[in-house]
Amino acid sequence: MSDSASIMPEHPPVTDWINDFDHTDPAWTENPFPIWEKLRAASPVVHTERFLGCYMPTTYQAVKEIAYDTEHFSSRRVIVRDVRPEITARAPPITSDPPEHKPAKQLLLPPFTPDAMKKLEPRVRAICNELIDEFIADGKCDAAARYTKHVPVRAIAHMLGIPEKDGDLFIKWIHSILELGIKDENALMEAVREMTGYFAAHLEQRRKDPTDDLISTLMKARDKDGNPLPDEHVLGSLRLLLIAGIDTTWSAIGSSLWHLAKTPDDRERLVKEPELMPLAVEELLRAYSPVTMAREVMKETTVCGCPIKPGNMVLLSFPAANRDPAMFPDADKVVIDRKENRHAAFGLGIHRCVGSNLARMEMTVAIEEWLKRIPDFRLDPAGKVTWSEGTVRGPRQLPLLFGKTN
Amino acid sequence: MAGKLKIRVDQDKCQGHARCKSLAPELFDLDEYGNAHEAGDGTVPAGLEDKAYLAQSNCPEIAIEVTEE
Repeated sequence: MSDSASIMPEHPPVTDWINDFDHTDPAWTENPFPIWEKLRAASPVVHTERFLGCYMPTTYQAVKEIAYDTEHFSSRRVIVRDVRPEITARAPPITSDPPEHKPAKQLLLPPFTPDAMKKLEPRVRAICNELIDEFIADGKCDAAARYTKHVPVRAIAHMLGIPEKDGDLFIKWIHSILELGIKDENALMEAVREMTGYFAAHLEQRRKDPTDDLISTLMKARDKDGNPLPDEHVLGSLRLLLIAGIDTTWSAIGSSLWHLAKTPDDRERLVKEPELMPLAVEELLRAYSPVTMAREVMKETTVCGCPIKPGNMVLLSFPAANRDPAMFPDADKVVIDRKENRHAAFGLGIHRCVGSNLARMEMTVAIEEWLKRIPDFRLDPAGKVTWSEGTVRGPRQLPLLFGKTN
Repeated sequence: MAGKLKIRVDQDKCQGHARCKSLAPELFDLDEYGNAHEAGDGTVPAGLEDKAYLAQSNCPEIAIEVTEE
């Protein structure tokens, strides 16, 4: 992002992708797919000395092996960064390993089942239409700034029981943590402090005046021995829900609209055959998976025959796994009605995204409502599409024109 | 082709992606955590065979078994 470039320590441009990859390089941010293809052709696991040493599995099989192997690969660090400071702010269960992981995750799962999401769906449909009302008369909009960003922010705020209008604050924190934080420790810590203070105030308020929302649900949760969770755990999980629940889905909805804007055949087909939506959403998730996770190597091992040494991080690229032609025929094509699709957009193994049902519902509803109101749209040639850097990939500017070309 | 199909969800493998429930709601139930179980005794009613195979081929954890009786 241009506003932050000045304070980031610069990474030298990459010339040798296979031995020196860098997921923050502008070429990767702009178009990572040919880079992944090159890395995959070289080896199932590649390594860079950047980020204090980091591996990247390039095939579906290698990603899967690492995701399933919690003995050699820890989740205590889930972002590949320039620094590896001592771990202070945990966010269970995403940063948890067995045996702590399961009880922490089970607390979060019940509010995110498909049935729970059905109850939230009408509010999300209304949010989408409120947003579209604001710009449809203009005949154009930056869909990333005016639509895709706000859908998940408002939905998660609604679930947590915090004001939807605080959304701008959340977006600022997330940008500091997921983008600036890769290279700027101070920006990350400041955002974590602000978020923690914000949620601590909400906890305090609910101690006096309990409510019927996700924050109260976590506060009422009890562990196996009947004790309430320490505030630190509740605050960590709330930080996680906010960080994980927003720019991920913002990105997924944005990439979907970007694809539909430049692919009239798929767009027209979805308008004519809305029953294809469930398959289309999974295929868009596969082709444009937003989320790359990380692991820290704890013990020496091998993955797909490649030696793996402790002291390194792992860039766990589910998006690259989802483009592996050994797993998906025509992996580089969007096949809008793809029948067989074991994509890993929400991870594999015990860390399967807690919010996957929420993300799917938000994506489905946001695309459906958009297509109902704006069935014809295209990229605005006068504008420029820009993509986020780092851990979560999606359009951050998406200028669109509405209506048919002629 | 004549035999009846039976499905089973391996509880050690299922991670609650819920793809099966979305593709074949008649054949799967979810528990309070969102993890899937075969509905009833797992027998696939006639006419839903394709859905059983579709659910199986979309499970990211390869947790669904389909057998012919």
